[in-house]
Amino acid sequence: MQRIGVFVCWCGSNIAATVDVDRVVAEAKVQPNVVFAQDYQYMCSEAGQGIIRNAIAEHKLTGVVVCSCSPRMHENTFRKAAERAGLNPYMVEIANIREHCSWIHKDKEEGTEKACVLMRAAVAKVLLNAPLKAGESKVTKRALVIGGGIAGIQTALDIADAGFEVDIVEKRATIGGRMAQLDKTFPTLDCSACILTPKMVEAAANEKVKLYTYSEVESVGGFVGNFHVKIRKKARFVKEDICTGCGACMAKCPSKKGLNEFNMNLNNRPAIYIPFAQAIPNVAVIDPEQCIKLKTGKCGLCEKVCTAGAIDYKQQDEIIEEEYGAIVMATGFQPIDASKFDEYSYSTCPDVVTSLELERLMNAAGPTGGVLLKPSDKTHPKSITFIQCVGSRDVSGRGKCYCSKICCMYTAKHAMLIRDKYPDVEVHVFYIDVRTPGKNFDEFYRRAVEQYDVDYIKGQVGKVYEEDGHLVVQGVDLIANEQIILNTDMVVLATAIEPDPTARKVASMLTASIDTNDFITEAHPKLRPVESPTAGIFLSGVCQGPKDIPETVSQAGAAAAKVIGLLAKDKLLTNPCVSHSNELLCNGCSCCEKVCPYGAIGYEDKLINDHGVRETRRVCVVNEALCQGCGACTVVCPSGAMDLKGFSNKQIMAEVDAICR
Amino acid sequence: MHFDQKETANLITRMSGTDPKKCMKCGKCSASCPSFDEMEYHPHQFVSMVVKGDVERLLASKSITKCLTCFACVQRCPRGVEPANIIEAVRVTTLRQQGTCYLSPDDVPAIVDDQIPQQALVSAFRKYRK
Amino acid sequence: MTYSYYPGCTLKTKAKDLDHYGRLCAEALGITLEEIEEWQCCGAVYPLAQDEIATRLSSVRTLMAARDKGQALITLCSACHHVLTRVNNDMASNDNIRTKANNYLQPAVPYAGETRVLHYLQMLKECVGFDELKKKVVKPLTGRKIGAYYGCMILRPANEMAFDDPENPTIIEEFIKALGAEAVVYPMRNECCGGYVTVKDADLAKKRVAKIMHSAKDKGAEELITACPLCLYNLQANAGADAVPVTYITELLAEALGLK
Repeated sequence: MQRIGVFVCWCGSNIAATVDVDRVVAEAKVQPNVVFAQDYQYMCSEAGQGIIRNAIAEHKLTGVVVCSCSPRMHENTFRKAAERAGLNPYMVEIANIREHCSWIHKDKEEGTEKACVLMRAAVAKVLLNAPLKAGESKVTKRALVIGGGIAGIQTALDIADAGFEVDIVEKRATIGGRMAQLDKTFPTLDCSACILTPKMVEAAANEKVKLYTYSEVESVGGFVGNFHVKIRKKARFVKEDICTGCGACMAKCPSKKGLNEFNMNLNNRPAIYIPFAQAIPNVAVIDPEQCIKLKTGKCGLCEKVCTAGAIDYKQQDEIIEEEYGAIVMATGFQPIDASKFDEYSYSTCPDVVTSLELERLMNAAGPTGGVLLKPSDKTHPKSITFIQCVGSRDVSGRGKCYCSKICCMYTAKHAMLIRDKYPDVEVHVFYIDVRTPGKNFDEFYRRAVEQYDVDYIKGQVGKVYEEDGHLVVQGVDLIANEQIILNTDMVVLATAIEPDPTARKVASMLTASIDTNDFITEAHPKLRPVESPTAGIFLSGVCQGPKDIPETVSQAGAAAAKVIGLLAKDKLLTNPCVSHSNELLCNGCSCCEKVCPYGAIGYEDKLINDHGVRETRRVCVVNEALCQGCGACTVVCPSGAMDLKGFSNKQIMAEVDAICR
Repeated sequence: MHFDQKETANLITRMSGTDPKKCMKCGKCSASCPSFDEMEYHPHQFVSMVVKGDVERLLASKSITKCLTCFACVQRCPRGVEPANIIEAVRVTTLRQQGTCYLSPDDVPAIVDDQIPQQALVSAFRKYRK
Repeated sequence: MTYSYYPGCTLKTKAKDLDHYGRLCAEALGITLEEIEEWQCCGAVYPLAQDEIATRLSSVRTLMAARDKGQALITLCSACHHVLTRVNNDMASNDNIRTKANNYLQPAVPYAGETRVLHYLQMLKECVGFDELKKKVVKPLTGRKIGAYYGCMILRPANEMAFDDPENPTIIEEFIKALGAEAVVYPMRNECCGGYVTVKDADLAKKRVAKIMHSAKDKGAEELITACPLCLYNLQANAGADAVPVTYITELLAEALGLK
């Protein structure tokens, strides 16, 4: 006969204030097979766990029900306690009488009644529990990082530092990402390239790190510890190992109309180009949309001038297949399209620029050689107006509902740099709020106001337009309660940032969940911020949410630590609560395979002995290492062949019966 | 007559069909408003005063006759607040509750020329008279 | 192609040119405009108060008449187009307004916003196409520098009007180019002319129009076109030193088609 013990937790007043725990214990004692029931203030405490362990020994319990908080919090705690007392850990059931009961009820009578029902259901379920044993799977000791910006580079370097091999896949022709485009960084104003390029060089030189630039992840299969990834290495039309990066081809290329993406399309580049001076790898790439030879078959000048013989017009995309134990998403961000906010005349006035464009206009390697000039007529501006929150905190459908987090600080940086370098330029900043919650951030912003005389105006801008040869800003000063008409020479829009458009595609390949803004969802917003809910997938940088560089680097290191923790294991324990198929009932219909989100279900032809009839049938086989126990297959199976260990159909029906009793 | 500011503010909010509490006080409505300088209370003030239940002053103000209903504020509000609807609801409330009359048919011949289109007169009467 | 046509009050009186040339050009382009029988005033302003039902009813009648003929509804006047479009949206998506309006009108078939409401310009773009229109031009307006004046009513709020980009519209510029003229883009083309407030406060309208005219002139416009009789009135009656001649879109079209 089974002997069940029921343990009711008060959780201080969290449960006890809304649930009469004495009544739950009294009710438990009269349930069939329950031989012991007790309440305690904090069941998760060492003393509380002691009560459970002693009761298992003393009353020879075969199953345990803990009425407490969500199993997401303490199921593991109580399973371990049971295991220490010699009970199979899967003989423990949790009745969630906190999140599902006390927290959502105000009336104690109702709360108590519901707690009793939840307890009864858990007792009914545990009576049908069977001891389970976790399986094992191997770990491929190599990691993949998707995205070669500062987030991806830092994660890869930290993983490599621990002695593991790591590959970076970067869709652009060079690593470096957005940080490479920045001029200076807040709040210290050090040169972005000066602090980034050593890391890029280190990534290239580290023998544990392999770079796949101009490459994209094509498909991902497998599961934690055993991912199988196909990478498409796009044709550069330049042999990467032969090109010396001398740049002779760039000088000779007659097609110079390609937009320079690195300079935010503010100037042009040849069809064959190296994205920027410190690009890694320092190898040219041909833009097939611009190349005359690739489009018409005529030209071939770059091939003629290349002394190394690196040009290869016949190069094809190449598919590389690799195995990985862990995958890190570091896909980064892009600014939103400012032409959605044409009240600011971004589409029609060249002197209205985005903040990232301004970075290039202020950078020595930018289109103006670092001299700040108006894009329209290349003259020196006398007045610059910044507009904050362009598309951030916007629920109108045009923008993003969230705060982009970095704009307040980079605008203060821009304003200060301009005032420092060009004291004759007056700078206005229209802001809604100035948000500076970071170390030395508010001090930095105050310097812009107090030391550099930047004119901060509390209020938004309604319209920017061109008139009489200059720009006019029509805004509001909410402190003065006045509408302002301001003549200015340049307008800089602090455009919201959004996840890189590839994030959605990559996330779906990784079965990593994303939120409504296409940011990757973390497993827990506070306690597991760098992990995806999908095992073996980790998050680094802005793909998870808006972040500045210090935060990105911290998170990149945290993601690396999680990867290292995983790769350091030789074997992984698999979740034993997986689905399995009853071969006698399975008719091989493929319904379960179609709904399985993890690709865990396959089929094989098997000789089945069905009550004396021997025949070969196509039957379902579950890969237990891949199965996450979601139960979708058990619901869809028309013949009732699929069942979930630990959550069997019989157990669920027993719970329902107990609730209805 | 009993006048309850809070109750009237609630009525105005319901009538406007918009939620002024969504306002984040950026002022873009007032930054966009072509009638800003004609108004004693500006669009962003209408929104925040209705939230606070401070509407008696709005009902008494000439500002309600200056809104052009050009919808620039509605179009540009990042929070979907529709300030023009709030101003209109205040104006309609004065017409209904106080029977205000900002335009009389007797005034018309003196103030318009013979080119004025019918739609201007119909619109003005719809806005200014119960 | 046959459409229901709603001229509106002003097009029968002060804005006869807008109506007359609109019909003439439509005919020349092979489009039949069937005027709604016994139509009433649209209400002139869209009732923003959610509890105003009676002031929406005349628009519902017009929309229903078009629905009963199975035709899309064409308007020329920006204000009428604004009111009809928004009342139509209400009837399609606002349960309260739809129920009450139907309860009041008791139509044989209840109305739920089935009619497509199109502005004349949208009809030109969709039904004729600006490339086709270009081919039908007999007197191209070569060398003329024309600015589009959109005003407010056809553009905003864009999620309801669904006419064009409310901040950087292009449809009238496309129209001007199709007629062979140079389209002058100026930033004040979507700013309010002063609207009905001109009745009580002409000074306000004068200030607005001065800004618009200055902007148009600054960008090189030598004439303006508009679809709205009230805009035309304000732009003409309240213009100051920078005055630029203003005509209706249909007059310009008639000129290019050799009908004027």
